[in-house]
Amino acid sequence: MKNPEGKAAQNIVLKIKDVTLRFGGLVAVGDLSMNVPEGSITGLIGPNGAGKTTVFNVITGFYKPTKGSVDFMGKPLTGLPPHKVCEAGLSRTFQNIRLFHNETVLENVMIGSYVRQKGRWWQNLLPFVFPAALREEREIRAGSLELLAHLGLAEQADAVSSSLPYGAQRRLEIARALATRPKFLLLDEPAAGMNPQESVELLNFIRKLRDDFDLTILLIEHDMKVVMGVCEYIWVLDRGLLIAEGSPETIRTNPQVIEAYLGKDAPVGDGPVGASPPVQ
Amino acid sequence: MKTKIRNGILNLLSLGVLVYFLWWAPGNLDGYKLRIINLIAINAILGLSLNLIYGMTGMFSLGHAGFMAIGAYVSALLILTPEQKVTMWILDPIAPWLLNFHTPFIVSLVLAGLAASFLGWLIALPVLRLGGDYLGIATLGFAEIIRILIVNLTPLTNGSLGLKGIPAHTDLWMSYGCLLVVLLFMIRLMKSNFGNVLRAVRDDEIAAKTMGIDTFQTRVLAFVIGCFGGGVGGALMGNLITTIDPKMFMITQTYSLLMVVVVGGLGSITGSVIGSILVTTLLEWLRFVENPVTIGSFHIPGIPGMRMVIFSVLLIVIIIFRREGIMGTREFSWDWFFPTGAPGEKSETKGVGQ
Amino acid sequence: MSLNMFVQHFINALGLGALYGLIAIGYTMVYGILRLINFAHGDIFMLGAYFVFFATIQFKLPWGIGVAIAIAGATLCGLLVDRIAYRPLRSAPRISALISAIGVSFFLENLSVVVFTGMPRAVVQPPWLMHPILIKSPSFGEIRLIPLGLMVPVISFLIVGGLLWIVHRTKPGLAMRSISYDIETTRLMGVSVDRIIALTFALGSALAALAGIMWALRYPRVEPFMGIFPGFKAFIAAVFGGIGSIPGAMIGGLALGFVEIMSIAFFPRLSGYKDAFAFVLLIVILLVKPTGLMGERLEEKI
Repeated sequence: MKNPEGKAAQNIVLKIKDVTLRFGGLVAVGDLSMNVPEGSITGLIGPNGAGKTTVFNVITGFYKPTKGSVDFMGKPLTGLPPHKVCEAGLSRTFQNIRLFHNETVLENVMIGSYVRQKGRWWQNLLPFVFPAALREEREIRAGSLELLAHLGLAEQADAVSSSLPYGAQRRLEIARALATRPKFLLLDEPAAGMNPQESVELLNFIRKLRDDFDLTILLIEHDMKVVMGVCEYIWVLDRGLLIAEGSPETIRTNPQVIEAYLGKDAPVGDGPVGASPPVQ
Repeated sequence: MKTKIRNGILNLLSLGVLVYFLWWAPGNLDGYKLRIINLIAINAILGLSLNLIYGMTGMFSLGHAGFMAIGAYVSALLILTPEQKVTMWILDPIAPWLLNFHTPFIVSLVLAGLAASFLGWLIALPVLRLGGDYLGIATLGFAEIIRILIVNLTPLTNGSLGLKGIPAHTDLWMSYGCLLVVLLFMIRLMKSNFGNVLRAVRDDEIAAKTMGIDTFQTRVLAFVIGCFGGGVGGALMGNLITTIDPKMFMITQTYSLLMVVVVGGLGSITGSVIGSILVTTLLEWLRFVENPVTIGSFHIPGIPGMRMVIFSVLLIVIIIFRREGIMGTREFSWDWFFPTGAPGEKSETKGVGQ
Repeated sequence: MSLNMFVQHFINALGLGALYGLIAIGYTMVYGILRLINFAHGDIFMLGAYFVFFATIQFKLPWGIGVAIAIAGATLCGLLVDRIAYRPLRSAPRISALISAIGVSFFLENLSVVVFTGMPRAVVQPPWLMHPILIKSPSFGEIRLIPLGLMVPVISFLIVGGLLWIVHRTKPGLAMRSISYDIETTRLMGVSVDRIIALTFALGSALAALAGIMWALRYPRVEPFMGIFPGFKAFIAAVFGGIGSIPGAMIGGLALGFVEIMSIAFFPRLSGYKDAFAFVLLIVILLVKPTGLMGERLEEKI
């Protein structure tokens, strides 16, 4: 599925159209239009301060764009509050992991399941009157344990989430996002803080996620090995503007992208961006 | 499974001990001690309801005295007889529609809670949208407004003279019965997934929103439930002391509840119960500091205000040196007494009563 | 209402508002830097009033010296409060510091009951401050002004001017503003953050004490709980003006002073609800413009 023609034939699941976001006089994102095809793993890259996380925040409802629209599976997301965006089937992780740090690993995942829980809160107070609600809670617990097992966190289910090692926290954050049963997953720098060995493992992990959970994945990443290794299509932002898009091969050799990352004097052509991560 | 049965038996046993104690106490303890024991239950109810707002959901509310006042007045106005009302209202005649309003105690208790909840909801809508620090000052202000209204709306409340001769419906059975209901409610609530959601809202609002949680509605809900507890607690208090007036519901009242919650541990149900026992007895015990003492021929005059000085120093010391209180966020479990319990099987029981 | 009555109320409101403003500045400075509602601030105000009472009336010191002693004493108390109750909690969750602040406030009030007794005491006003000045005019009749009524706003405005100069034109002022943006980076720049915070508390406490002194002269009495309501109201004034902004605090204080005095002047039946106005105002502000008049928006980084 590497030729662009094949891509065009796929359904566009997320459609960003002419999105502009201004903070006062500062244009954080300018006239951004971008499409993400269903079932793809798409990358959103760019140097620091390019506005990548801002785009995530616009998609997930934390920022309301000054103009433009975001559609998900044909329905508008623009203006929806974050929790409605989640209900619609989008979930995300954060650049600086945001777990519920006082809760256990299992509880973190159960909180993620709450959005799909049908039983009302008061029904659980009267288990004999509402056995269905009690059953549902048990199912959520079992399902969450299963999800943890799937991501290799079953052992730590009862550990407090802040006590996990860094890599496991990242995985837990993904597990928690999956618990909301998303169709679309946004990963904000999943490889941050990982060593090269772990990054390689992450490549397979992300692919497996997509296949196992039938997801579309949009990810922000600085580690070019990860980006080039896993993404099927890449969008490049610089200072809030889209400067390039295309397959990893075309992005790798795109002079504008190289310039954005390395500055004007960088040797163009033979110096592939993917060879080394950009200076942070 | 074995531990479950064991814990069930132990719960029943401790409930039995409590019932026996409640049956034994009235004949064997003097009125002063009984009153303190009653107050422990009431303060535990109030502490639990404040803990729900503050420890579990992370909203810094300082309005509990106001919600107690609403509860106490609503309940008292509903159970006082028309004759009592006619003679008591001196400043202004009582509003005619209120004169013949009369309900049984239990109904008044529920209505007290509902009234507090309703007003809590009204204040929550504007204030909880912001969250954070303003909530404290706004709820505190709200409690003061309630107090000022009580002083000024004489046809309804008899103003600063307060209400006297409220039937003493609050006995040990009533206060501990209510406490038991509140405890069961809190345990079920915090053990359910909704309890996890409340803690999620407290710990990281942004992450909670991302998980599809409507954090605003969740907060409002927790706040309103907490206000209900405040109203019921106030009503029980009024029916225990039998007189209420606006001065009873000053900010000091909220501070002592804050102390109950902080001492016990923010976010711990067990903690609030322990906190209530400690703070209630401590506050009573400290009265000695303010009373004149004569030892032999040596006379020590009472020092007014000293009680609250010690109290506030304790609050500061605890918050600086042991922020998590006695329990932190932990809960009581019978497993404490059975160190070799089956590994992997997490205990599902929490203490009943004390 | 006749014009001369209105002018009378206007000057009254100006005085009360200026006092709220002076107290509000302490709240707004501490909040701007530490994001902490210093609940004890109103009690520092009370201590200022008590100190001047004891200095001038018990110990018969001249007013000038009494005022200096009161300000110095209250400032010292403010510094102690920060050192003992707040500094150990700098890295703790903010709610802990808030509880500590409540504890301190409660402590100072009750300690005052123990030390000064709970009885309100009358303050003897120096006659030269009370001697009325009559302004007669054929167009609007007679206006009686007492020097005190004019002195309070004038002193307050001068002090605010001086404070703005400190904050915007001196090095410690620069450090203060820098801390309010980013405390950690400021620390890395080699600024002694704790000292600057202490300076902030000192300035705020001195202003609160000054307000307390003038308050004691206006409503000639002192009592241990006199700081509670002015404290809350001043905080609301700070929120109204936009928390973190010094001119905002003064404007908020004046606005609150006018709301209180004028609503009672026009609707005398509302006087029982006087203390509730500020809180109603707070809720209205939070609904309409949570950042206040001159405040900036504080966004949490996602």
